[in-house]
Order: sequence, then C-alpha cells, then structure tokens
Amino acid sequence: MAGLRTESLFLNMGPQHPSTHGVLRLGLTIEGERVVDLFADLGFLHRGIEKLAESRTYLQFIPLTDRLDYLAAMSNNLAFVLAVEELLEVEVPRRAEYIRVMVAELSRLASHLVWLGAFANDLGATTPLLYCFREREDILDALELLCGARMTFNYVRFGGVARDATPAFVEKCRKFLETFDKRVDEYEELLTGNAIFLSRTKGIGFLSAEDARSFAASGPMLRGSGIQWDLRKDAPYSVYPEMDFIIPTGTVGDVWDRYIVRVIEMRQSARIIRQALDGLPEGEFKAKLPRVLKPAQGEAYVRVEAPKGELGFYVVSDGTTNPFRVKIRAPSFINLATLRVMCKEALVADLVAILGSIDIVLGEVDR
Amino acid sequence: MSVSVEFLELLWILLPELLPSPLYALARLGVAFVAVMAFIVVMVLFAVWFERKVIGHIQVRIGPLHTGRWHGWAQTIADAIKLFLKEDIIPKGVDRPVYVLAPLVVFVTTVVVYVVIPFSRNLVARDINMGILFVFAVSSIATLGIFMGGWGSNNKYSLLGAMRVAAQIVSYEVPLLLSVLGVFMLAQTLSLNGIVEAQKGLWYVFLQPVGFVIYVIAGIAEVNRLPFDIPEAESELVAGFHTEYSGLRFAFFFLAEYANMFVMSALATVLFLGGWHGPFLPGFVWFILKAFFFMFLMVWLRGTYPRLRVDQMMSFCWKVLLPLAFLNLLVTGLVMSFI
Amino acid sequence: MGDSSEENAAGRSTIIDLLIKTFPDSASVVQERINWPAVRVKLAVLPEVARFLRESPDLAFDYLTCVSGIDLKDRSPRFDLVYHLVSLQHKHVLVLKVGVGEDEEVPSLVSVWKGADWHEREAYDLLGISFSGHPDLRRILLPDEWKGHPLRKDYVLAEEDKFAGD
Repeated sequence: MAGLRTESLFLNMGPQHPSTHGVLRLGLTIEGERVVDLFADLGFLHRGIEKLAESRTYLQFIPLTDRLDYLAAMSNNLAFVLAVEELLEVEVPRRAEYIRVMVAELSRLASHLVWLGAFANDLGATTPLLYCFREREDILDALELLCGARMTFNYVRFGGVARDATPAFVEKCRKFLETFDKRVDEYEELLTGNAIFLSRTKGIGFLSAEDARSFAASGPMLRGSGIQWDLRKDAPYSVYPEMDFIIPTGTVGDVWDRYIVRVIEMRQSARIIRQALDGLPEGEFKAKLPRVLKPAQGEAYVRVEAPKGELGFYVVSDGTTNPFRVKIRAPSFINLATLRVMCKEALVADLVAILGSIDIVLGEVDR
Repeated sequence: MSVSVEFLELLWILLPELLPSPLYALARLGVAFVAVMAFIVVMVLFAVWFERKVIGHIQVRIGPLHTGRWHGWAQTIADAIKLFLKEDIIPKGVDRPVYVLAPLVVFVTTVVVYVVIPFSRNLVARDINMGILFVFAVSSIATLGIFMGGWGSNNKYSLLGAMRVAAQIVSYEVPLLLSVLGVFMLAQTLSLNGIVEAQKGLWYVFLQPVGFVIYVIAGIAEVNRLPFDIPEAESELVAGFHTEYSGLRFAFFFLAEYANMFVMSALATVLFLGGWHGPFLPGFVWFILKAFFFMFLMVWLRGTYPRLRVDQMMSFCWKVLLPLAFLNLLVTGLVMSFI
Repeated sequence: MGDSSEENAAGRSTIIDLLIKTFPDSASVVQERINWPAVRVKLAVLPEVARFLRESPDLAFDYLTCVSGIDLKDRSPRFDLVYHLVSLQHKHVLVLKVGVGEDEEVPSLVSVWKGADWHEREAYDLLGISFSGHPDLRRILLPDEWKGHPLRKDYVLAEEDKFAGD
C-alpha cells in the first residue's frame, strides 16, 4: 500500500444536517471515515440577545430568556430572575420558591427527554424519540395549565412567579409522576441493556476529568467525567437544600457515562418534584415590588444548574430601568468547545454520537 | 383471491397448448414481464403502507390514516403519484451518464431476480435449474448500481454512502452464500422449486437453524435495513448514496429497495420455511404470508434497534458470522456423510 | 440565594488578602457592590495572577466559569474584563477584574484555562478586545465580514451597511 496516494477530504456538516440539532456547522477533515480535525462554526442563530437586553427594562427581558434554551425555558427565566433579585435584594415567598423548583425540575425533565430521544435517533433508534415526546407532552400540558404557554413560558418573575399553582396543575403533575418512573424503565429496556447501543456509546468521546475542569464543562458533561459537582448541592439556591436527591456521576467520561448520568438525573428530578408537591406551603406566590424596577448600582453573577449545565447570568446595573450589561454564560456554548478534544480519532458515526451526547441547543449557543 | 390465483396457474399451464411455440415463448416472456412488474409495484405499494402502519403502532402513533379513508390505504399511491410528477432534477457537476444510469441498473437487476422466484408450484416465470445461483449473481450487480449512484452524484455524503455500500454488501454476501450452502446439501438441487419440493415433510429451518439465523442477519445487511442501514444512515450521511436523487429517479431506488426486501424475504421462505407448502390455503397465499412475516421482522427490528457502526458491522461479519457459517457448513457436511 | 456571600465571608478576606500580599502593587479590592469577592488587578500581571490562582494549592481556582467584557464608554481604560473563577475543590469563588484600554492587548489565558478560548473569541467578536497569544482569534458568533463590535456602547444600531458579504 506504500505507493497508494491518499487524500484527506473536507466535509461540511451542517448548518443543514440532521444531526447538528439546529444550525451548527462543523467543518470536518476526514480520512476515509476517520475524523482528523474539526472546527465548529457558530452564530447562525445569533440574535444579539445580550445587546437587546440593554434596550429593554428588566421585566421586558424575561421573555427573551425563553429564547435561549427553548427546551427548558423555565431554567433561563429562573437564572435571570435570581440574578436581578440579587441586585434588588428582595425576599421571595416560600410558596413561590417551591413552585420555582417544581417548574425548573419539570423543565429539566422535558429537556432531558428531548435529549434522550434525539440522541437515540442519532444512533439510528427512532422509537425512543416518540416515546420521550409522549412524556414531554404531559409535562408541557401541565406547564400550560400553569402559565398558558408550552415552550416560552415567561413565568418566573421578580419576587415570585406570574401565577399561582392551581389544584389542577398539582393534580396533573401527580398523575404524570405516577407513570413516569415506569416509562423511564421502558427507555432503559430499549437502550441501556441493548448490545448495539452499548457498543456505540462505550469507549468513545472521552473527556478526562482534567479537561472537563479546564474547559469549564458543566452539568452532565462534568459529572459524566466523574466530578461530583452540581450547583443545586454545591452552591445551593432557592429551596434545593430542603430537597433530598442524589447527584449521579460517571467514571471514565465517555458517551455512555453522560447517557447514564442523565437517565439517573431524570429519576432524581421526579423525586424532587414529588417532594415539592408534598411540601408546597400555602401563602403568597409573589412579593410586592415597585412598579418600576431600578436596582441600585452594582453587579451580580448568579448561576443555576440548568439541564445542560451551569447557566449563569452576569447582570450589571447602573441604577436605571434597563440593565447596563447582561452576559449570559450558556452551558452548551461552553460544553460545545470540548467537542474537538473528544473527537480525536473518532469515526464520522462516533462524531454524531459524541455531538449528541453534549446536548446542545443552538438558541443558547448562539444567543 | 384464491380463484384468480388458480386461474392464473391454469392459464400458465395451458399457455403452451394454446399457442404455437415461437409465439408462445414471446407471449410467455411478455406475460411474465407484465406480471412481475405489476406484482412488484403492487407489492411495494402495499409494503410501504404496511411498514408505516406497523412502525407507527410500535412507536405509539397511528401512521397514515386519511388518504383513501380506510386506514390510509391509498397513502403510498398518493406518494408514488407525487414522486412521478416531480420535476426531474439533475444537479450541476454530476457525472451525467453514470448518474442517470444508476437507478436503472439497481432497479433492473432487482426485477430480473423475480423471474426465478416460485410463488407457488406452477407460478414461476422460469424455473432455472440453478436458480439460487442466478439470484445471487444478478443481485450483486445492484451493488454496482448503488456505487454508481454514489460516485456519480459528486457529493461527499453520497460518496461515503457508496463506499459503505460496497464494503457492506460485498462482505455480507460471503456468509449469506455460505449459510445457503447447507440447504443445497440437504436438498441436493439448486433449483428453487426443487428446494421447496424437498421441504414437503420438514422445513429446513428445523434442520438448519444456525444457517437460518445467519441468513436472516446477512440478508438484512444485504438490503441495508436497520441495524445495518449504515449506507444511508440518515443522522450521519443525510441520505447516503441517494442524497442527490429526487423524483422519478429516487422512486426507482426506493422501489428497488423494497423489491429487494421482498426478494430476501421470499428467498428465506423458499430456503427455510417450505416456500408455498401449507395446509388449506393456496400455495401462493402461503408464500406471500411467509414472506411478509420476514417483512414484518425487518420493520420490527427497525423499531427496536440502534444502528451499528461501520467497523463494528464489518468485524461482526468477518469475525462472527463467517466462522459460524463455516462451522455450520462443516457440521452439515459431516452429518450428511454419516447418514 | 446569597450565592456565596455569607458562607464564604471568611474565605473572602483570606483569598483577597493573599492576593494583595502576593501582588502588592497590582492588586486592589473592588469597592463596587458585587455579590462575589472581587479583586481588580493590573493588565500587566494578569497571566501571573491567573497562574497563581490556579496553581496555589490553597486557592486551586481550576474552573473559569465566565469571561465577560464590559464597555464602560467614558471611563479610562475603556473596557473591563471580568473573570468569574470557581474552585471545584474548595468550593470558593472569586471575581477577577482587569481594565483594558482601547488599544491594549490582553494576554490570553487559554494556556491556563482551556475554557478561556471561546470566551476570549466572543469578547473579541462582540467588543473588539484583542488578545495576544490566543491560538485562533477569529470572530465566533458574527460572520467574518462583519464590521464593528455590537456590544460597544457607541455601536450604531442601523440595519444597513453592516453586512458586507456578497
């Protein structure tokens, strides 16, 4: 074979490609099916949300946060609201805190379900996608009962939430949780024990603990690499300290570890929602705040454990009605940066699995 | 159903008596051609609807429901009409003759195979005495057609798909053929009708269980279905070798794919499940039922499994299936020589 | 919420004290209202401070969570770069601030924290802060042909003439 001339091939993957989950473009250099190098080209969905924030009041910016990670908009609402509350220094009623935890965890479930379905679909198993969407439908129905919207909720507000949790919503959540654990068992039956699924996910896309830390990967990416770090435990906010749940971690940091971490997280989220439903206190759902919000001069960086990882909002106030600067620390933007390291010497088919295991949402990556 | 089938069989037998011989040969050719084409089109239309309904119910949805009122039976007909009416697009930069010829090569080779399939005792266009060899010889040409499509499209995804097809089909043909050899040894003939006749008492699936399993796995790989749909893996290669095809040309690839699925199912029926043997119902009906059992199996697998990776698929073929097929052959030979 | 204000109150002073003791001429406490312990350092010592924060075992800031650029228009130097640092090991946090003038180059911290890569590209893209020693300093969110840096306060929000492509 010595005299054979080989050539590497440049392959454009996306922005229109079934596996880039939106409008991400990857430039691959491949030799045969082996990925030699790659770069990510972002920004196709850049709407300048950080710039838009500067010309809106604090309240007007909440709906825009829905458009970041649109699969888990509640977490975005929550993170921004917490940051502004840090500047306002308001006391939030306990009932509101419980509702916030509930909707944030429901959002996490919805996001993980979409991820699981899409990830299985990337590996060629089409059925889990539809099963996952069946459950997600129930979650969206419940959230619709709560705030009238199914994806862009605009629900969490400064000092509380927009509307109180009705008995109908509580009933709907309980009914959903009755079947949910069995449904997760069902997915696991389809995937966790499947020899083909195992061989497609184990031993590829390694992200070492050292790299995960250095890249500041977060969420299931960090935990998959064996680092026990979850902001709900390690930098608690809201009423998470009152909840009983465990943080799953992986061992070697391959695609499989990230898969199993997310599956366990789904079960834990269901546990948290159950506890929040049981412990939901009576009382106000919103603190009294002035009509026009003018946080005193200062700045706050607040992070929450969003489904994709650490979602941070850095809000700088100059004392006027509009934020002076809002910087969004989007988890999938940072997590995506690790793709290049994980794809060393991977096959094209592996690349799809690895990219799927990061769980990116382009609304958040491009902002 | 059965009346018309019996009428067809009768006509087939009586045809030589009714016509002078050169004219007869021509007529028989014509009838066979029309019959095979009609069968393929009807069968594929049904198979696509069947697959969509089955996979729909597996995936807790309903599948087509409205077109034609009754469970959407006319959906595939509507799809077919849409495909045929579409603009014929030939992208700039394709290798025109290769690009245009590829769907035809694939389609024609698939159709030709139907000539030797015995749908019932007499309903076979031509019973060649080495029918099975003919099937494998002709159907491997289809690989060339697929490769032409991928190469001629001037698209990197198509090219990757074509490379995968070439690797996959050529590899899996080896265990496929070896698994079938056991059946030959038992039946002592290469004629498909002869093999069916030989299974009058006991189906070969009971005598050749290992061969049967190897055949089914390799067969599914041959027709590029999940978990071996690597050449057209949507999430990796968009659509593989037929990314650039649309309209009528795509329809030919599509038709050939489903026709091929049926060939694999029909051969499995002939080789292992006693072909048209069966009580009460006419042979033709038994044959279709058994063949569609395999079609169902393929849809079922598609609803259950993820896709293998290229290298895993290859190593599974060469390291697992092939040794197993050889072993099967050896054991069959030893048993045969001692009985 | 109070992300860290109370529980790290003890840690806050020690970290800042240690920093100011190590870099007496170039580090100072941030006076503004801010919810994390914050230190302002001079641009020239940024890489040394970063390496010190990461490698000193008592500090072990191994996790660079966020890098934000702020355009303060009238102030000199014009920009602030804000590094939000976390130690996964000790669970303490720190804000590192540096002032950057319009023509100054910031030494890239990619060699200290790999995660700085895309953050710095973003600051370059949206604010026009340039970094020296960055392996691949290109625009990241906007098209390569884009003119101007939208997060600057003097950026004119006009629809036309911004996209030079085609």
